[in-house]
Amino acid sequence: MSMKFTSREVDGVTVLDLSGKIVLGEGSVTIRDAVRDVLAKGSNKILLGLADINYIDSSGIGELVSALTAVKNAGGALKLLQLTKKVKDLLQITKLYTVFDIYDDEAEAIASFK
Amino acid sequence: MTLESDFESVHTVEQTAEAYCREAGFDEDTTLDITMVAREAAVNAVLHGNKKDPAKHVTVSFELTDADLKITVADQGAGLDPDKIPDPLAQENLLKSSGRGVFLMRAYMDEVHFRQLSPGTEITLVKHRG
Repeated sequence: MSMKFTSREVDGVTVLDLSGKIVLGEGSVTIRDAVRDVLAKGSNKILLGLADINYIDSSGIGELVSALTAVKNAGGALKLLQLTKKVKDLLQITKLYTVFDIYDDEAEAIASFK
Repeated sequence: MTLESDFESVHTVEQTAEAYCREAGFDEDTTLDITMVAREAAVNAVLHGNKKDPAKHVTVSFELTDADLKITVADQGAGLDPDKIPDPLAQENLLKSSGRGVFLMRAYMDEVHFRQLSPGTEITLVKHRG
């Protein structure tokens, strides 16, 4: 199954709930496109919900990093919500866990953008 | 098995790796790890090795013994020197969008071996059972 996402707005923050796989040729381009679309619409506060992502490869990690950089360059912030154990392990192994701002609680994550 | 240099082959490697992991009795976590790094090796072969050249092929073999699962992926590309791959954990590389595939293979497998072919590169991934 490739990656899918839904988008919603919560207190001025665009929440993208992702599900499926974030891998090369399937999900990776979708994250890039989704984040680019959000930035193009003028919002630069983005929360990526990863609760339903349990499979990600090195390209997917690269996409998360690219998305973070793109949003920062646009003067905004991109944060991650509810990592599965698999994604958390990968971010820790690649030393990216501390590069991202990561939350388990959505309300807390939304409040952190203010 | 001999595969085309396309993403369908990546799927085939991934699915075959998963089937071998089930047969080997690896737990769900380990199966996901092995499947993911098998995918990394296949992507490397298709994309970076053969550069999706339809004239080039990817050769893959799976070997399950009492001791381990061994996955071998070979391409017909220009060759890869594993010693020249930048360290993805170095501060200057941390925010790069690529360059983590071989690192993940080494992180999740018990052994990773590279062999230069003429032409191409062969990567062998080994996971011990039990």
